[in-house]
Amino acid sequence: MAIDTKLGVYICSGCSIGDSINCQSLAETVQKETGVPVCKVNGWLCGDKALSEINEDIKNENLNRIVIGACSSRYLTDVFKFNRDVLFDRVSLRENVAWTHKPNDEATFELAIDYLKMGIAKMQNSMVPEPMILDINNTILVVGGGVAGMNAALSSAKAGYSVILTEKEESLGGFYKQLYKLAPTKSPYFDLQVNPCDKLIAEVYSNQNIQVLTSCKIEKTSGQPGLFNVTASSNGELIEFQVGSIIQATGWKPYDANKLSYLGYGKYKNVITNVEVEKLAKDGKLSRPSDGGPIKSVLFIQCAGSRDENHLPYCSSICCTASLKQYYYFKEKYPDIPVYIIYKDIRTPGNYEKFYKITQSQDNLFLTKGDVVGVTENGNGSLIIDVDNTLLGEKIQIEADVVVLATGMVPSTFVEESETEVVSESTADGKKAAAGAELGAKILNLTYRQGTDLPTLRYGFPDSHYICFPYETRRTGIYAVGTVRSPMDSVSAKNDAYGASLKAIQVIENVRKGTAVHPRSGDTTYPDFFLQRCTQCKRCTEECPFGTLDEDDKGTPKPNPNRCRRCGICMGACPERIISFKNYSVHIISSMIKSIEMPDTESEKPRILAFLCENDAYPSLDIAARNKIQYSPNIRIIPLRCLGSMNIIWIADALSMGFDGIILIGCKYGEDYQCHFIRGSELANRRMENVQEKLKQLVLEPERVEIHTLSIDEFVKIPEIFNNFAETIDRVGPNPYKDM
Amino acid sequence: MEIHSHIDEQLETDLLVIGAGIAGISTALETAETGFKVILLEKEPFVGGRVSQLNQYFPKLCPPSCGLEINVRRLKDNTNIELITLCEVTNIEGSPGSFTVTVNQKARFVNNRCTTCGDCVPVCPVERDNSFNFNINKTKAIYINHENAYPQKYAIDPNVCLGETCSECVKVCKYAAIDLQQSSRQIQIKTKSIVWATGWNPYDANKLEYLGYGKYPEVISNMMFERYSAPNGPTKGKIIVPGTNKEVDKIAFVQCAGSRDELHLEYCSSICCLASMKQAQYVREQYPNAEIHIFYIDLRAQGLLEDFYTKTKLDDKIYFHRGKVAKVFKNGTDGQLVVEAENTLEGKLHQMKFDMVVLATGMQPNVPEIGVQVNPVFDENGFLIPDNELGYIGCGVCTGPKEVATVVQESTGAALKAIHQIKGGK
Repeated sequence: MAIDTKLGVYICSGCSIGDSINCQSLAETVQKETGVPVCKVNGWLCGDKALSEINEDIKNENLNRIVIGACSSRYLTDVFKFNRDVLFDRVSLRENVAWTHKPNDEATFELAIDYLKMGIAKMQNSMVPEPMILDINNTILVVGGGVAGMNAALSSAKAGYSVILTEKEESLGGFYKQLYKLAPTKSPYFDLQVNPCDKLIAEVYSNQNIQVLTSCKIEKTSGQPGLFNVTASSNGELIEFQVGSIIQATGWKPYDANKLSYLGYGKYKNVITNVEVEKLAKDGKLSRPSDGGPIKSVLFIQCAGSRDENHLPYCSSICCTASLKQYYYFKEKYPDIPVYIIYKDIRTPGNYEKFYKITQSQDNLFLTKGDVVGVTENGNGSLIIDVDNTLLGEKIQIEADVVVLATGMVPSTFVEESETEVVSESTADGKKAAAGAELGAKILNLTYRQGTDLPTLRYGFPDSHYICFPYETRRTGIYAVGTVRSPMDSVSAKNDAYGASLKAIQVIENVRKGTAVHPRSGDTTYPDFFLQRCTQCKRCTEECPFGTLDEDDKGTPKPNPNRCRRCGICMGACPERIISFKNYSVHIISSMIKSIEMPDTESEKPRILAFLCENDAYPSLDIAARNKIQYSPNIRIIPLRCLGSMNIIWIADALSMGFDGIILIGCKYGEDYQCHFIRGSELANRRMENVQEKLKQLVLEPERVEIHTLSIDEFVKIPEIFNNFAETIDRVGPNPYKDM
Repeated sequence: MEIHSHIDEQLETDLLVIGAGIAGISTALETAETGFKVILLEKEPFVGGRVSQLNQYFPKLCPPSCGLEINVRRLKDNTNIELITLCEVTNIEGSPGSFTVTVNQKARFVNNRCTTCGDCVPVCPVERDNSFNFNINKTKAIYINHENAYPQKYAIDPNVCLGETCSECVKVCKYAAIDLQQSSRQIQIKTKSIVWATGWNPYDANKLEYLGYGKYPEVISNMMFERYSAPNGPTKGKIIVPGTNKEVDKIAFVQCAGSRDELHLEYCSSICCLASMKQAQYVREQYPNAEIHIFYIDLRAQGLLEDFYTKTKLDDKIYFHRGKVAKVFKNGTDGQLVVEAENTLEGKLHQMKFDMVVLATGMQPNVPEIGVQVNPVFDENGFLIPDNELGYIGCGVCTGPKEVATVVQESTGAALKAIHQIKGGK
């Protein structure tokens, strides 16, 4: 599409750029070669005078595109800003040219020319983004009515949003309601706290903004943030409603103690779980289960089925504090009986340490480190507990009347079958699931190609993988909260509820304006699909890490812009190149590549193209530049929204243009991935197979394309990566297509 | 500190966030991205707080600068947020829905025209201890914490700057960015809500002389170890034995150094066990043959972080010893450090020699002076007890020790609590 652009190019010679490059000559060359109407040099481009001159030019010359050739786009962002209808690009002459290359060298000068031409090409082909704004619904759906769900509902309602709160049981409260008392959270960390659950339930029912649906199951969820369509059955009745965002607070289930027969559960009546203790204590029935008689001694086994590779490999965080708390339940009814706690490590983080310290000094409480190897019953009906690896280094036996197993938490989203198992069955709307879709617990019953539920991390928790962004979700507008997300106590679950509510509200407020949420928050662009040319290959629908795209019966993608996170992975996946953003497209990047001058073989100037992830690898160039780290001037760098948006056509274009080598640098992928778009870097790596095939077709050496990963702090590796590759290319020799 | 009786500037906002570490930044962004106006205050010249001093996060061993990069981009892009550095709150009046906050902004002596070209640094004749690196090295009086610091503007330390009599930096700056006459300003901010995100300080290791800190340069704190390991640190990430500058052969990590201890911090800082295991990985990476010994009371790796412990336990160069360290000393002859710990398995004291000892010190809340004055509710250790009714919303380590993911989670929640106040609820 032809765009009517009128471009101004402004080159800064300050910050020693002018000492390295003849800026006047640079401006003349660029203007001559590109024919841009305005091309000026200033020694202090960020100064008020220069800025007002640019704004004058915009007005007088009707400029609608600006290229600033000065410092990196990451600096002086508050200085270089123009009217919304004037698009501008920042060309990093300071960091990417002057500070990192030999001053007053021909190669450095050529680099500066190419970067400016690339910026010009980008501006000539980019369009001003207009947000896509759809009519949306403001209601927040909270699935699960335990402590997290009720608090999420209340905190959303208090912020003025309507809430639908669904609970699968007949009444609200979840496991929270079953707790007899809570561990103290206030000084002096001694008295157990009354469980405020009933008060909370009453508060939920009395809030005008909250509609409660009990005995409720979500049958189907389709649509997108702002426009989710939900079908639910409640008390046998089918209901349909629309919501703007979803909070999943479906909680946990206790680890199945029947799997702990070696600890006597299921075999001996007097072996019970910590969950059963809560109920017995609450009902005032704390007595020996076998005969209802008074309890004469109790032994707690910590980590029963936890921190154990045969059961739950993780720690449930709450069981140490819970057992210390339950010690007081027994003490309350039987003040003089001995209570033993056998533990691996006592884990009472933060101020729970003070509760531990006070409890530790209580009479008749014996805490011992050790591994319980077995529980048996002796003739008189009492239990014998064998403990190994004790602090004294010896095996001991303890006799107890009742054994309590401190069992851990399993998220309600956990499914027994292998989580990575390919689902051959259909999704909630009867369509075929995408390859690699996760098998879910069918709680939300999403109609997404990528599966019926929130994707999970390890052990079935649908948690965020990001330390910095704990509410990052792979299903935009749907947030997990409370113990379904991670093991936690009720205090943390309440706190968590506020965070999830904020995100649920935030996504509604953003789609209302047609803007993206994290990590490209505020982005008003969205992918456009030129569907007439779609071949229904389904790569975009399968590769989108956020499940943005539905499919029609033929397999044509049906975009849901409000689910989209604007990474461009679909654009990288599309072999027909039909997916574009207004200011980021296959065509725009191709035009940037084509704007680069390609010297002939005889001139012995190799050219290397580099695609860098703009979130990590690209910023690390700036840090390298601040350290004045030098690297080969034969490399031309293009930042990408995500390496996953790299389309193979760019590599093919570049190779047939004569580029001698291409290097791709993305984020770390694999188990501890750092890619901000989940799988972008991994997908780029997978596409390397196709790249190698392309090289074969062109009869080119496989070494001509390399892919690397780089963290933002690994800036010292940049020259190593670049220079090593430049050496490889020297060895391989010039691309024979160069002179064609 | 110069106190002005008059007000230099008046501002109005929906939310005022005190502290621009990861907690404050997160609250500010989450609130602003939901459509509200935010003023973010930072007492230092640069944002990022404690996390910007860390080399990597556990358990992913990823750099904090990665997340900070995204967050700083969000800050720059969001017109709803105003960041004010070098600020301290001097007075708070009012109640939720209508607070008036007085802020003293210290001079940076460098204005917005700074391009960080760096010409000023070589000409500056004086040095200062680099507090960002726990005084391990020095900077000039005009400095920037690290290459990626935000705002990307230099700052001048008035405690060492020679002032106008020198003016070397002023002379060399081509962009009129240095103003040595700048003075502190009083800013009055009307805000509907306030979030405290004042963060923490490492427990003062000078109080741990029995563990050799202050006596032997080879004994350092875990936060200092982060700086030694970070690529933007004083040794550019090369871990060396301080004092001798030798390579590391055998290193000890002393857990609960001044924590879970009534003479020091009575609580558990929650993160130090994992931090030491993470730092053990730094050593493994640089010195594959070095021996690493971790002395602990209870190994606390909550939730799925247990996986990190499980993995660490399998490492044949990392040894775990259950037992509290009684003292760290030198026996004189070979100059090596001796760690004496009670070996609870054998029930007797146990000595081992090391090149270097890292004290896993805990987190102490940073209570700003104003805190005492306006009397928000602090517990006996100085942690803020949030009180929505009174309008004290807090997040991050100032409300209790916790690791980064939980800090950000709490900070996101704090944004909603603030919105409740902004909208007139409670």
